[in-house]
Amino acid sequence: MTAIHIDNLDVSYGETQITHGVSIDVEEGGSFALVGESGSGKSTVLKAIAGLAPEWRGTIEIFGRPRSHGIDPDFARTCQMVFQDPYGSLHPRKTVDATLMEPLNIQGLSDHNERIAAILKDVGLDNRFRFRYPHQLSGGQRQRVAIARALIVEPKVLLLDEPTSALDVSVQAEILNLLKRLRRERGLTYLMVTHNLPIVSFLCDRLAVMRGGRIVETAGAENLKQGHLQNEYSRELLALSAPPAV
Amino acid sequence: MSGPLLVVENLKVTFPSPSGPVDVVKGLSFQLGRERLGIVGESGSGKSMTGRSILGLVRAPGKVSATRLEFDGIDLLRQGEKGMRAIRGARISMVMQDPKFSLNPVMTVGEQIAEALVAHKRLPRREIAARVRAMLEAVRINDPDRVAGLYPHEISGGMGQRVMIAMMLIPEPDILIADEPTSALDVSVQAQVLDIIDDLVRNKGMGLILISHDLNLVAHYCDRVLVMNAGRVVEDCAASELKNAKHPYTRGLLAAQPRLDETRDELPVIDRTTWSAA
Repeated sequence: MTAIHIDNLDVSYGETQITHGVSIDVEEGGSFALVGESGSGKSTVLKAIAGLAPEWRGTIEIFGRPRSHGIDPDFARTCQMVFQDPYGSLHPRKTVDATLMEPLNIQGLSDHNERIAAILKDVGLDNRFRFRYPHQLSGGQRQRVAIARALIVEPKVLLLDEPTSALDVSVQAEILNLLKRLRRERGLTYLMVTHNLPIVSFLCDRLAVMRGGRIVETAGAENLKQGHLQNEYSRELLALSAPPAV
Repeated sequence: MSGPLLVVENLKVTFPSPSGPVDVVKGLSFQLGRERLGIVGESGSGKSMTGRSILGLVRAPGKVSATRLEFDGIDLLRQGEKGMRAIRGARISMVMQDPKFSLNPVMTVGEQIAEALVAHKRLPRREIAARVRAMLEAVRINDPDRVAGLYPHEISGGMGQRVMIAMMLIPEPDILIADEPTSALDVSVQAQVLDIIDDLVRNKGMGLILISHDLNLVAHYCDRVLVMNAGRVVEDCAASELKNAKHPYTRGLLAAQPRLDETRDELPVIDRTTWSAA
């Protein structure tokens, strides 16, 4: 079944149109990457899906259900987002417990205590972190909290906006492993934005290359691994991320 | 060729904390000739503090001490603020991470580059203009006369970083310290900026200290690499030998990076308990 169906999506900020006719389909359980340089509109696509960029035309459907232009709690229940910078995306004056409580209250879910304990365990955080504030956590721990915050309402689709670009290499490896395990265990569908092609190779099975608000190429991850991208610009990106001969 | 340009012996940087002083750099020693040295490490490893302490930019309450900190025979620790000002910029200069925050927003690009030159040398106005123009050309800005009249908000990040490099190199320093010069830039511009630095440093026979968290990048652009962890150097090797690194931390860092032709199901995670107890 198609988990994410986006057809001919045009997103604008005021008078400026950012994306032009973006179409993506992601199968249930799939992991899809949007790559490109800054300003290519890749994050804007995610924002439109999450409801943070309300000026769009076209179709956004999750599991066959179209998204409305307004705030949509039912939609949020199935589709959650993890942001780039864990230093900016957690409320500095809320404990981890309060941060995780909020989505439960919004969605009207019960068993708060058990759910929070379970999700913390699932993202690899000890229970003693539950009543800490973000400033008492490291970057990797914060990103784990952000992932827990997204997963606590048991969504089926996770939107990931450069989830590891603010983290150190060794911490990045931990978070990537975590994301891979969670996807396998919970049958999640990922739509990830990144400019780092090796991460795509590790975590995703398909990718789309964006430039100037348009998708210039869609390919399978095997093509990426073997260096068989067709579009000239995609090949340029690939050449830039190939490890230099040491 | 005489002795090394820069000698650092047993460098320590200390900050006070509620639980007593904390050493963020713990006895670092290295020498730099007219070569390209890379310092790699993760956040908090002390790599940026090392760069800053050479230029006397560690602010109070931070304290710098060393058995020796010599540049071209000058003891940097004994220099007062005035003495340091004569060295900073003119003989050792530093490219910062983000051009957005490091350029003066209310001065044109040309004025800022000229200021870097005039601060250290009296020159006729015509020659200043000519040197600014030549410098902008050297950092591969196509239309130097137009760009010199622009303000920082009118240029892109990559161009901003090239302007920073122009500013830092126009007094013709002996050593350039580049602290994460490309981490605020797009992948597509990164290589361009680093190639420019590389070119200029080689042509002028300067010493380069490239500070970065990116092992591949440092291995590609440097002759020698220091890997830092928790304030100490754990690996000191030729860039070409990095693949055969011995220390578990360096090996862990190398292995933890996903590869383009990734086949591993799980990335190895650094086991910090094996050596950090020491």
